[in-house]
Order: sequence, then C-alpha cells, then structure tokens
Amino acid sequence: MIEIKNVSLRLGDTQILEDVSLTMPKGGVTALVGPNGAGKSSLLSLIARLQPLQSGSISVDGLPVDTTPSRQLARTLAILRQDPAVASRLKVRELVGFGRFPHQRGRIDANDMKLIEAALQQFGLMDLADRFLDNLSGGQRQRAMVAMAFCQGTDYMLLDEPLNNLDMLFARQLMRDLRAAADNDKRTVIVVLHDINHAAVYADRIVAMKSGCVVADGSPAEVLQPDMLARVFGYGMDVIDVGGAPLVLHHR
Amino acid sequence: MAALPNIRLLVAAGLVGLFAVSLSIGVDDLPVDSVFTDAGALQLLLVSRLPRTVAVVLTGAGLAIAGLVLQILVRNRFVEPITTGTGQSAALGVLAVTLLFPTASIAMKTLGASVTALAGTSIFLGIAHRLPPTQPFLIPLFGLVYGGVIGAAVTFIAWQTDLLQYVDVWTNGEFSGVLRGRYELLWITAAMVALAWWVADRLTIAAMGREVSLGLGLNYQRIVQLGLVMVAVISSLAVVVVGMIPFVGLVVPNLVSRLMGDNLKSALPWVAVTGATLLLACDVVSRVIRYPYEIPVGTVLGVVGSGLFLWILFGRAQRA
Repeated sequence: MIEIKNVSLRLGDTQILEDVSLTMPKGGVTALVGPNGAGKSSLLSLIARLQPLQSGSISVDGLPVDTTPSRQLARTLAILRQDPAVASRLKVRELVGFGRFPHQRGRIDANDMKLIEAALQQFGLMDLADRFLDNLSGGQRQRAMVAMAFCQGTDYMLLDEPLNNLDMLFARQLMRDLRAAADNDKRTVIVVLHDINHAAVYADRIVAMKSGCVVADGSPAEVLQPDMLARVFGYGMDVIDVGGAPLVLHHR
Repeated sequence: MAALPNIRLLVAAGLVGLFAVSLSIGVDDLPVDSVFTDAGALQLLLVSRLPRTVAVVLTGAGLAIAGLVLQILVRNRFVEPITTGTGQSAALGVLAVTLLFPTASIAMKTLGASVTALAGTSIFLGIAHRLPPTQPFLIPLFGLVYGGVIGAAVTFIAWQTDLLQYVDVWTNGEFSGVLRGRYELLWITAAMVALAWWVADRLTIAAMGREVSLGLGLNYQRIVQLGLVMVAVISSLAVVVVGMIPFVGLVVPNLVSRLMGDNLKSALPWVAVTGATLLLACDVVSRVIRYPYEIPVGTVLGVVGSGLFLWILFGRAQRA
C-alpha cells in the first residue's frame, strides 16, 4: 500500500502539488491521468524519492520514502521516468541486467540470469538482446527500459508515460504486459497515461489530477463520466460504452 | 562484432611490443644480451629506460580512465580533464606550493595540486550541470573558457614571480626527464585505475543519469564525489610528474565505447590498456622521429589525437 498524506510541493513560485492525500492499495494497475502540468510526474517522483519531500509524508509498504535507505527502497519500488535519455552504449541484455543491481551489487548469479531472460521474453526483446541501445528505435528502447524496471523484481512499478514513442501495436502490447505483470506476477503497477482509453481498458483504478490536486479516484466506469472529464481536461467529451468498457471520444 | 577479439588482441599485443621497443630505443645502444653481462647496460635499463616506459604506461592508462570518469560525471563525451580546468587547477596548486614552500617534495606538490584540482573540477561540474542539456556543446566550450581563465591566472602569477619556466614543464608533458626516483608516485595512478574498475558497475549506472541511479538504489552523490577524487588525483600526478598531455582522455574512452560499448565491467580495462598503448606509441614516435633528439609527446598526440577525434566525430554523424 502506498500512503500519501498532505503532500505539497513548490518549485520557485509555482505550486506543483497542493495538499495531496491518497491511498493506493497493493495490487492491480492504477492509472494517473490529467492534463499537462497537473502534477502527475511530480507525485510519481516524490513517491520514488527522486525529489526530496517538502511537506507531508509518503510511505510504501510502511517504509517512509524520505528516511528508508535508498537501496532498500530499490528492492520495493522501481521507477521509470519519462524520456529517460539514456545515452550509454549498452546492450539490451546488459541494461535489463542492471535491474538486478539493488539485489546483487553487480554479482549476477544463475537466478538473476533466469530473471533477466524472463524479462527479455516478457517484453519481446529476445531478438534485440544483443543489440546496442543506440541502434534501436525509440519504441524498442522504451520497451528495454520497462523491461529493466520489471527485472528489478519489485512489488511496485512506477512508470511515467511509458507509451511515449510507442506505435499502436507496441502501446497495446506494453499495456497488456503491464496487465500481465499485475495479474500473474502480483506486481502493483502505477502508470501515468495520456491515452485515457488505455486507462479505461487496462486499469483497475484511475486517479485524475488537475492543478496539483486529486479530483477523482475510482474505477474507470466511475471516473470516466462526461462531467468529470470536462472538469479535469477543460472541455466536454462524449463517452460511449464498447463491450462493457467506457470509450472516451476525446478527439472530436 | 566478430572483429572484436582481434582488435583486443591487436591492442594488447601492441602494448607488449611497444613496451619492448620503448626499452630498446634511446641515445645509447642497449643490446638485449648486454643486460646480463654489462653492469652499465643494466644500470641504464633500470635507471632510465624502464622507469620511462613504466611512467608512460601508467600515465596513458590513468589519463584515459580520468577522461572516462569525467565524461560520466559531466554526462558529455566531449570533455577531458585538461579541457575543463582540472589540469590548469592542478598547475595552480603546484605553483602555489612551489611559491609558499620552495623546498616541497614531489609528494607535497602532488597533494597541493590534487586539492586545487578537486576544487576546480567540482566548480566546473557544478556549473556544467546547470547548463541546458539541450545544448551539449556548451559544456566543452564552457570548459575551454574556464580552463583558459585558470590557465591565464597561472601564467600571470608565474610571470610575476619569475616561475614561467616551471609552468612550461607542468603544462607541456614529456617523458625525457623521467628517471628512477622521480616517477614512483605515478603508481598511485595504478591504484586509481584499480579503484575505477572496482566500482565499474556503479560508474556504468551513474552514466545513465541521476534518476536511474537513484531508482536502482545507488548513492549517486557518493559516486560523483569518488569520481571527482579519481579525476583530480590522476590529473595532478600527471601534471606534477610529466606535465599535461592532451587527447588521451578525450579520444580513448570514445574509441572504446564505439568498439565495445559502455558496460564498464568489461570495457574499462580496455580503456586503460588502449590509453597506455596510444601514449606509448606516441612517445616512441616522439623519440625516433628526429633521432637522437626528441620532440614533446604532446605534439605527436596533438596530430594523432585530433585525427582520431575527427574520425570519431564523422563516424558518429554517419551512424546517426
């Protein structure tokens, strides 16, 4: 369980987050949605202790993120930031292998090897495993980064807009992989998404944010209502039902 | 990739071969068999030839590693310690120690140089991290200006105090002055290279940036501090013992990255070996090109290094 209590964040004159309190239960896929600048990425990086907390408290499985040793947290949660701009010439298998670093400090044993191969398999990277990252397309690189976070083997996976750079086929594939990670491996996946219809289909729960505040928190059917969407995104959009899941016609 | 073992073999064989060649060339003839029969020949080998060759190998390996580590800390592939103010800060330190304690030993001077080099590099790093990441060429440009300003201060102080000749020795690297008893501090460089290899995985992760490092539970701050110490100590030793040598720290990490990638657990030893081989080759050339006189090894490296650097630049463009 991730518990966020009264968290505020100011950068210069800008209020990024304002008194956010939120509880995310263990298990399942939670999607964070909202317009640009709503504070989704900031909230994610505070949970992942990439930024210092200014006020309030956050704990993951009872571990306060500001005082727990970083290495211990790295065995509890993995974070993939938006556009991680990794310029290193690493092979895909090597990159994914660094996901084991928090557990092994560099000594990769047979068990780690198995986990690395499993992560490569899971994200369809077997054919690319021995290619250098800088010879891959943006989408392939993105999948390699997600595989590395997966390989970290943590209960919680935090992903900031992982669908960036992915075409429709791979975006759908990645969402299915994240769903499978939640269903089969009992991972808790928290993912910032811009495509609200992916959230509608693959998330158990949607948290909508606007201007640094949480404005809605519930199942896709609860959150994806025309009036709520208009409040969050600033314009009206129709929602229709397709096979039991809401489909938001946000582009019309 | 099939060619890779051959390149490694070639570099390793090159280092061994050049080591032997370096021992055998000099103003005096030194036939191999005479070493066992002639006390004077043995003396020459142990006092001059061997120390010089070892000094070149240690310096070459060290400068390549210092360049690699600095490139990781700055997250820019176009920097090396003497284009970012580290070498100039070290020279400032030696100058200060020489002025304040004229009788100071080489060890004292190295210590003084390391302190100023650490400070100078930390300031550079602090500013480099504030430059916009969308403009990668700002960092090397800023480094050149920054190093130039410190270098100008060194020259001014030395001119005022009549020490310009010394500054010349520290800034123009060459190995003709290396004798037994005057280079042994360079072995600290070997310790620094070993240390870098020991933390190779951490350096590889640090190269992926602060956020990836934190996400994997790496203490990013600590690895940056450790890296700064390695860069400062290696550069200071080079400045004090042999003088500044350009290009090794710039081109060697780029070459090895192109051929073997950036997984430092396997690539870092080859950065060291390639640095040693390159510098030894240039030192041999500098000794034979107008035999029996020598030209400074920095001059040879200027030609070879800029050629290699252009090749790396155009190779990049082709790949992209």
